[in-house]
Amino acid sequence: MQVGLVHFIALSAVLFSIGMFGALTRRNAIGILMSIELMFNAVNINFVAFAKYIDPINTTGQVFTVFVIVIAAAEATVGLAIVLLIYRNFRDIFVDRINLMKW
Amino acid sequence: MFEYAFLIPVLPALAFAIIILFTRWNEKLSSGISIGAILIGLCWSIGVLVKMLGNPEPYEAYFKWVVLGDIELQIGVLIDSLTAVMLMVVCIVSSVVQIYSLGYMHDDPRFSRYYSFLSLFSASMLGLVIANNFAMIFIFWELVGLTSYLLIGFFYEKKSASDAGKKAFITTRIGDLGFIVGILILIIYTGTLNYHEVFEMVEHGEIPAGILATAGIFIFCGAVGKSAQFPLHVWLPDAMEGPTPVSALIHAATMVAAGVYLIARSATIFAASADAALVVAIIGSITAFMAASIGLVQNDIKRVLAYSTVSQLGYMVMAIGLGSMTAGIFHLMTHAFFKALLFLGAGSVIHASNTQDIREMGGLGDKMKITATTFIIGSLSLAGIFPLSGFWSKDEIIASTHGHNIIFLIVALAVAFMTAFYMTRLCFMTFFGKPRVQKYYDHAHESPKTMTVPLMILAFLAIFAGWVGIPWLPKGFGSFVYHHHPHHGHADYLLMVISTVVAVSGIVFGYLMYGKGVISAQAMGERFRPIYTLLLNKYYFDEIYDAIIIKPLLAFCRFMWKFDAAVIDGIVNFLGRFSLFLSWAWDAFDRYIVDGIVNGLGYTIWGIGSLIRQAQTGRVQNYAIVIFAGVIVTLVIMMKVL
Amino acid sequence: MLSETASIIFYIIAFVTVVSAVLVVTLKNIFHCALFLILCLFSIAGIFILCEADFLAGVQVLIYVGGIAVLMIFAIMLTAGLTNFKVKQHNEQVAMGALAVFCFLLIVLGGVAKTLSVRGGFPTAHTPKIIGSTTHSLGKLLLTDFVLPFELVSVLLLAALIGAVVLAKKDGE
Repeated sequence: MQVGLVHFIALSAVLFSIGMFGALTRRNAIGILMSIELMFNAVNINFVAFAKYIDPINTTGQVFTVFVIVIAAAEATVGLAIVLLIYRNFRDIFVDRINLMKW
Repeated sequence: MFEYAFLIPVLPALAFAIIILFTRWNEKLSSGISIGAILIGLCWSIGVLVKMLGNPEPYEAYFKWVVLGDIELQIGVLIDSLTAVMLMVVCIVSSVVQIYSLGYMHDDPRFSRYYSFLSLFSASMLGLVIANNFAMIFIFWELVGLTSYLLIGFFYEKKSASDAGKKAFITTRIGDLGFIVGILILIIYTGTLNYHEVFEMVEHGEIPAGILATAGIFIFCGAVGKSAQFPLHVWLPDAMEGPTPVSALIHAATMVAAGVYLIARSATIFAASADAALVVAIIGSITAFMAASIGLVQNDIKRVLAYSTVSQLGYMVMAIGLGSMTAGIFHLMTHAFFKALLFLGAGSVIHASNTQDIREMGGLGDKMKITATTFIIGSLSLAGIFPLSGFWSKDEIIASTHGHNIIFLIVALAVAFMTAFYMTRLCFMTFFGKPRVQKYYDHAHESPKTMTVPLMILAFLAIFAGWVGIPWLPKGFGSFVYHHHPHHGHADYLLMVISTVVAVSGIVFGYLMYGKGVISAQAMGERFRPIYTLLLNKYYFDEIYDAIIIKPLLAFCRFMWKFDAAVIDGIVNFLGRFSLFLSWAWDAFDRYIVDGIVNGLGYTIWGIGSLIRQAQTGRVQNYAIVIFAGVIVTLVIMMKVL
Repeated sequence: MLSETASIIFYIIAFVTVVSAVLVVTLKNIFHCALFLILCLFSIAGIFILCEADFLAGVQVLIYVGGIAVLMIFAIMLTAGLTNFKVKQHNEQVAMGALAVFCFLLIVLGGVAKTLSVRGGFPTAHTPKIIGSTTHSLGKLLLTDFVLPFELVSVLLLAALIGAVVLAKKDGE
């Protein structure tokens, strides 16, 4: 059937869910970061689809997407730096073993 | 004369107080005060007697001492013929003994104390005979008992002496218990204790017969104790542990006579109650016979005399029980004199020869003429030989058995025989024959004048005192001392002959055995070995009492002590342990419950906390999923999708 | 509405995206995950192109794939996450996570469906085609309407840059 806005939203939702699942369940810190990237991308798809179907003249949605990409980059950078630090200190990047804040 | 007669007992009492408090250190002064007091009493008693003879009306004076509701206890004097005679007897014997003691107790370190006791005793005895009511006589009765305990146990360093004192006191106490019961019965039924009033009520038949008999028997119990009747006679032979003058005074003449006096005074009660009188007569006759039989075989000079006393007291009691108060009192008077004489004479013998065992004596008559002569006079009087005092009084007693069961007569005659026999034995073994232990014989000498003069005085009385009762007199003893109606003695010649025959045969038999040695004493002892052993051991009375009464009582006391200790200790220990337990319990409560609550509270909170903090895993993903769940819930609520 | 061919292409690309995304989150070997992430990012770039966001597609590939994914691979290498294949890659909340995510999906799709049923479809523009080049409009918007966020984001980038350098610095240097 013809693809409308709904399909993009559905795709975005699915992708977001998958990313959420990965964020919640992966043990590897980098895996979590990758899942978070998935979530960001899902959001991007959403923005872009809305930009196309709701406001194609101004493409405001795409501006948001730019910002999201930038922030995602910054976040990935810092995040990976932190992961490196954690690896350096704990010799281990499985987050469920990093429970210093336990009770 | 009569108004101040109450001083007769008061003066010796004062003497006692003065000696004890002030003159203990001065022996001469102590004895002087004591003898002085009793001599004044003697003179006064003579005066009383003389006045009484002239005017035989009883005199009574008293004042109220204690008033208990309806009952009134009095302190007073009653002077009648009986009192006058008793005062005389007590004073004479007391004075004689106190003079004798000057010589006998010469070396004793407690000389003054001895005289104070003698004074106290005289005071108590005189008070006893002068009393006008049962309560007062009981008070003096107890005082007499006390002083006899003090005097018997005078040589208290010797265990046997202090034991004897205890025994005397306890045994007479048992009798006194009966006496108290009798007094209580009287007071319940008559409301008074005054002699006069009680006897009036008795004569008018106001007391039921059974009660009267019971009262009479209980009052007699007191006499049984004091006068050493069967079965409370056991103290008298042991009481010989005291000094010999004390034996003479107390156990021959006065204290033991108190019992006889009591039942003589209560003659109204016994006259009114034939049952009580019969009991009295039976006990008296049993005592007389039993004691005489024991006296046959004793080897201690004082023991023989002691059993003789018991026997003669039985005689007196029997006579009063058979209705003749006159005979009893008459014999009491004569017996006081010759028995005191015999005891003092024995004291003289003991003092001279340093032994009391007649088996170790012999032939002392050569060395001690006065003692021997007076002693023999006393023995003959006791045996009842005409015309000595004892003959007349004994005859009266035998006469009193007239009209009663023949057993009493037989017993009386048998006792007379035995009395004569053992006294003869005693005399022969002591004064005649060859000395058995030479050194005692060598040492023997006559006693000093202070000791022999009293002997002579008493010998005189032992001969002549009884002559007041000679039946041919128009107004003899019987007209003076009587109950109900004057007792005119009539000469019963047959009786006189029989009694003389009995007495003489006793003497002859004794002479044959111990004087001539014709009949061997050894052989007799061998033939009648079982009886001999029985008599020698005093019918085993002491052993029986010891086993039946004393040992169980001591065992009971020990048991009570143990029980008491166990119970009391048990209670105290229990209380202590219980207090400890209480404090432990409180502490435990405090520790476990109170602290438990406090700690439990903290623990509970900690437990809850430790449950809840499980949520803080430290893992970000756990937090994330929770947040996500929250987001979902929020979405649900916000979007109202469901 | 996309044309038929576009729709088919969309479905294909969507399929690739979803599959690679699933693989990203489930594979044991983290390097493979990274590679599939790259694939996913590429397919998302494709979707961007379908939505006539050409500039964004380029940016996506440049930055996401060329920057971020490469960075991720660097990080993977540096942290030696490859060494152990036997180690579990998913923690214990898999079930819960799946459930939660599933609920979320349901809720969102449900909301979408409700919107559709209530409003009868999303409001769409009259002229669905984007006019002009997106680069031009993006540049214009960024420097006029959205200049403040633009500046802020650049400051943020600077901070992130500095932060990353500081964080990853070895001690003592």
